[in-house]
Amino acid sequence: MWVLLVVVVVAVLWVIGAYNGLISLKNQTINAFKQIDVQLKRRHDLIPNLVNSVKGAMDFERSTLEAVIQARNQAVKVNASGPEAVKQISQAENALSSALSRLMVVVERYPDLKATGNVAQLQEELTSTENRIAFARQLYNDTATQYTTKQQQFPTTLVAGMAHAAPADLWEIEDQAERAVPQVDLSRR
Amino acid sequence: MTSPDGNLFQQQEANRRRTTWLVIGFVLFFAWLGFGGDYILALATTDSGPHAYHHVFPWLGIVLTLTAIITARYAYKTGPEKVLWSTGAREVIDPETDGERQLVNVVEEMAIAAGVARPRIWIVPDDDPNAFATGHGPGDSHIAVTQGLLSICNREELQAVIGHELGHVKNLDVRLMTTLAALVGAVLLVRDGMGRMMGGRSRISSRAEGGGKKGAGPLIAILLALWIISWVIAPLVTQLLALAVSRRREYLADDMSAQFTRNPLALASALEKIESATAPTTSIKRGAAHLCIADPLGRHFTNHEGWLGDVFATHPPMGMRIAKLKGMGYAQLKKEGGSFTNSALA
Repeated sequence: MWVLLVVVVVAVLWVIGAYNGLISLKNQTINAFKQIDVQLKRRHDLIPNLVNSVKGAMDFERSTLEAVIQARNQAVKVNASGPEAVKQISQAENALSSALSRLMVVVERYPDLKATGNVAQLQEELTSTENRIAFARQLYNDTATQYTTKQQQFPTTLVAGMAHAAPADLWEIEDQAERAVPQVDLSRR
Repeated sequence: MTSPDGNLFQQQEANRRRTTWLVIGFVLFFAWLGFGGDYILALATTDSGPHAYHHVFPWLGIVLTLTAIITARYAYKTGPEKVLWSTGAREVIDPETDGERQLVNVVEEMAIAAGVARPRIWIVPDDDPNAFATGHGPGDSHIAVTQGLLSICNREELQAVIGHELGHVKNLDVRLMTTLAALVGAVLLVRDGMGRMMGGRSRISSRAEGGGKKGAGPLIAILLALWIISWVIAPLVTQLLALAVSRRREYLADDMSAQFTRNPLALASALEKIESATAPTTSIKRGAAHLCIADPLGRHFTNHEGWLGDVFATHPPMGMRIAKLKGMGYAQLKKEGGSFTNSALA
């Protein structure tokens, strides 16, 4: 009789613990996703100022700057929600990222330009912005993976339904250019 | 890559528990000093004449215990300020130079990667490269780097070092280590103050030894000896505690830095640079040494693995740390190479 009671109490305590663990991870995942949003918003706000501050010095690279502005405006326009949100947002943002990285490459090409105070500052700000977004994504992906793994693993999976846990989408890099790790292709030679 | 994420909660819990025990131990130690002294005095004065002084009320114990409680509370609360003050650090509020702007950016980036609130940022005016973190936890933390670190590290290395420090913050290492540093300081202060008082008290104890020869002589002598030894070794014990708590943490914080930056080789090269700058960090004194990323005193023991290093060094040998990080970095490169061939096949 007592043994049964102890078993029931232990089981109930375990369910409470597992449930709370899942809820906590769920909230962390949501919070990490919001962090990406915050950083993306920050980038959107920053870009016009940055571009304005170097416009004069970089008149000869007008098209690169315009590509950045255009990609930025596209990214701001995306206002999706629902399950497709992550995909749409990440597509627009990845386009912006590659426009920005082209700008960085251009800046690298002109050493004289880098000597100008504004441009050096622009470079630092761009690097930082890109890093912030990358790290926010990394944190989101890590947390989401942890959350998904937890809810699929036995025995936590038994309470996953109760906690309304569903696998979280990972933030994927869609753009091949951005994914590019120096690749050596030997097969087609 | 090894993910220290699983131990995070254990590590935080262990640090919370250890901080509590540290404070309790500190108070108990002073209670022993106080009530032990009372007991010795009481024993010594029982045999004296009816009109002589009888030590009945344990005021020494009560006063010392209360002092210890207040000191511990104060030390816990003001620990971070005191540590920063002792190194002469200045806070970076409005970054002025390019280097400061980069530092602020890097700290904010790493705070995002670690998922903690942005710490306050300080610069120590010292040409030797070093860095430390202090505070009570992720909500209230400080990161300080020396001017020397800013000038020798590139962006990625700085990132790795800040990641290491944020690892300490996230683990709650900072809470334990800062409290310890503040208590070490407090012990030294209290001992100096009490030492002055003890000077006046020695008349009584010498009289007590004379009077106690009839009955409880040996007991008093032993207690007295123990008691005096306690006073003498108090700072030593706190020092040893500081050594014992910090070695394994450095490896763990290195791991966490690698997890945040995904770039263990950057930390390895930062550590190599810090290591090759042999000058000791003069602004960081003994009391805060265990908080730093590299031993600021440049102690000889640090480079010994084995019991000698275990007992006397606050930091694991730099060579071991660098080797571990490089191993991690190469494993990562290999894995990325592997995943590429997989995707090519698919």
